[in-house]
Amino acid sequence: MNTGIQFFPDQASDFALRVDLLYVFLLAVTGFFTLLIAGLILFFAVYYRRRQGRERTAARENMLLEVVWSIVPLVLALSMFSWGAWLFLEMHDAPADAEEINVVGKQWMWKIQHPGGRREINQLHIPVGRAVKLRMISEDVIHSFYVPAFRVKQDVLPGRYTTMWFRPTREGAYHLFCAEYCGASHAQMGGQVIVMSERDYADWLARRSPDQTTGPSGEALFHQFRCHTCHHEGSDARGPSLRGLYGGAVPLDGGGTAVADEDYLRESVYEPQSKVVAGYRPLMPTYHGQIGEEQMLRLIAYIKSLESPSESKSSSEVSQP
Amino acid sequence: MISVPSGKNYLDVAYGARSWLLSLDHKRIAILYMISITFYFLVGGAAAVLFRLELMTPPGDLLISETYNKLFTLHGVIMIFFFLIPAVPAVLGNFLLPLMLGARDLAFPRLNLASWYIFMIGGLISMWALVTGGVDTGWTFYTPYSTAYANSNVILMAVGIFITGFSSILTGINFIVTTHTMRAPGLTWFRLPLFVWAHYATSIIMVLGTPVLAIAILLVALERGLGIGIFDPALGGDPLLFQHLFWFYSHPAVYIMILPGMGVVSEIITCFARKRVFGYKFIAFSSLAIAVLGFLVWGHHMFVSGQSVLAGLVFSVLSMLVAVPSAVKVFNWTATLYKGSIAWDTPMLYGLGFIGLFTLGGLTGLFLATLAVDVHVHDTYFVVAHFHYIMVGGMVMAYLGGIHFWWPKITGRMYSEWWGKFSAVLVFFGFNLTFFPQFVLGYLGMPRRYHAYPEEFHVLNVMSSAGASILGIGYLIPLIYLLLSLRFGKKAGANPWQAKGLEWQTPSPPPPHNFETTPVVDEPAYNYSPDDNEITPPPESA
Repeated sequence: MNTGIQFFPDQASDFALRVDLLYVFLLAVTGFFTLLIAGLILFFAVYYRRRQGRERTAARENMLLEVVWSIVPLVLALSMFSWGAWLFLEMHDAPADAEEINVVGKQWMWKIQHPGGRREINQLHIPVGRAVKLRMISEDVIHSFYVPAFRVKQDVLPGRYTTMWFRPTREGAYHLFCAEYCGASHAQMGGQVIVMSERDYADWLARRSPDQTTGPSGEALFHQFRCHTCHHEGSDARGPSLRGLYGGAVPLDGGGTAVADEDYLRESVYEPQSKVVAGYRPLMPTYHGQIGEEQMLRLIAYIKSLESPSESKSSSEVSQP
Repeated sequence: MISVPSGKNYLDVAYGARSWLLSLDHKRIAILYMISITFYFLVGGAAAVLFRLELMTPPGDLLISETYNKLFTLHGVIMIFFFLIPAVPAVLGNFLLPLMLGARDLAFPRLNLASWYIFMIGGLISMWALVTGGVDTGWTFYTPYSTAYANSNVILMAVGIFITGFSSILTGINFIVTTHTMRAPGLTWFRLPLFVWAHYATSIIMVLGTPVLAIAILLVALERGLGIGIFDPALGGDPLLFQHLFWFYSHPAVYIMILPGMGVVSEIITCFARKRVFGYKFIAFSSLAIAVLGFLVWGHHMFVSGQSVLAGLVFSVLSMLVAVPSAVKVFNWTATLYKGSIAWDTPMLYGLGFIGLFTLGGLTGLFLATLAVDVHVHDTYFVVAHFHYIMVGGMVMAYLGGIHFWWPKITGRMYSEWWGKFSAVLVFFGFNLTFFPQFVLGYLGMPRRYHAYPEEFHVLNVMSSAGASILGIGYLIPLIYLLLSLRFGKKAGANPWQAKGLEWQTPSPPPPHNFETTPVVDEPAYNYSPDDNEITPPPESA
């Protein structure tokens, strides 16, 4: 048995240091008040113990005191809120150049897909110093992706995507936990986050053991499920073109618009009738049960890469198959 | 009306099971509740003993995960719904509210008896669910795990909790009406003991909040049993909707559990400091402020759930506001001690312990309301430690303090003061050793609800388990000496503590209808003077 006690986990992301700093501030404030109250109670209980012959009083109200001890906690609590909120907002907005990695949670494992197609289970290899953004979804119940050394955590829901980001600052292997209770093997649903140097990460991405196939790419899936038969640029297309679709506003049948984000794209494949694009008939069948969450993430990555016709003219050599 | 022979008290006025099980006397019903919740407490505690044993070592070697999961679910469900929520209101509140108001009984005695039967039916159904296979969802029943994936008795348990909720509602209605309509002549609102104010605030939460829990739990049963899609995305539902409904009740429920305890502590502190409570109106209104704010902060359980960033910000700032009325109470209790005449009797030890532990529990709540820190410690042992400081360090200490304070009134007997003090100190140290290490574990990142954990968390878990064994003994000792006092205890007399308050002006145990003649109140609450037992009281300044 290791008898040492730590008080802080490893600090391995730039959030770690900043959360710890806020934590120390909270410890200082709350520690002060705990000692103050405990000290006063002990002192009064001993000093004014019955039959001690002290001066007694019947004073029982003091407006000034009441105001002071309402305002001081209020100001301190609001300063805690402000500091915490400021950091929380930064935790939410990933930098634009963040490396996007897909995560699918299921009872009881984490399935990870790297942009190049490399996949892994219960391990996440990432390069040090670079912002990493995770796009996450669950195939069954709610899970929660938690890396204590980075001080980040985000629930992973079935049915829609959640994201989180962090920038690892120190190479090493750190705990990955599932923090939301998810059933029998909840405590086993975890593994390691391995932070590597840029060069090691590049090597690791390129290395591929023979049994570790990448699976079909998003583009291959697009053709395998024959999406292109309806979604093309021709005037006789039965579905809207998907070029340049991502991130824009889509006019809907019956009025209103939807923003074409990842959740919209996913919903439109699984439940095509729920938001029909204006000017098209609701012909598309559901792909529930045919396309899994992992394939869906690749398919969406492919659709996001399709540039709008005007843009693609300038770079047609690259993006055309 | 049965005519009561004079000189009889509520205990010896009639004998036999019938006279208890069909009693409409609020005092007898309080005793029924006391026995019931003690039984549930022992069941819930036994589960805790088992999983603390499991957590002595890092691998899951004593219990398989399925058993462990059922045990922490059992512990949570039993302790919250069948011990903490009814503990102070249904036992002490039931016994004392009419006495403190100078009333013969609660406004609706039959409703009161019905609430106990409903409580027992709900409790026994839940116990049945636990015995015949158990439930493994945690007391939070998060969807879609509870509706689609859990392979256990979720529906039966849901029915049990659904039914039990009605006993809370009936108790709440009874208390509200009694407080409004049955106060003795001269007992104005601002002469009420703070115990009554606290129960009034609690009752409001019970009546307004419990139906929402009933709805949430009913919807879980409907989705699970009939496949109606409400929460499960596979059926077109939204899993976060459940969390909103659940916490809309279950966060205020925290205040259902702690407010009555605060009422108890206000009574104890004033009595054993021989001093009128400092800032009476501030303590009274802070109870109401906590009750109201309590309904606006549920989203702080969901900062990392995927709710919107804006919602996170709003719930964080509102949660911070709860710090103010909580701080006001703690400061006023502390100021009450100043220049008092303080006696260290057993109830006072519990009362002082309560203030310390509640302070620590409340202050650690600030860490959880601070968004960026919560992201790290949410769903870790930090949260477990925090709410045990409030629920056990706060509420159970207050309950035990109240039991020791009013035991002479309830039974007419004094218990062993030496054993009382000994176990109060034991509970305080055992509690801190159990739960303080869990704050550290949580910040280190140990998630909740893990039956196996990495090696580096070992030492702190051993400390916690060792503390739990001390705490367990600290809870068993009062059970023994309190029972012994029934036979061997000294006669208490009407007012062994020289306490103010109408409940002390009637014999112990009280007669069936509480007072021989309706009391008339002509002085403020807690009209103590610190010099009561030294010199003549100073002239009234108000």
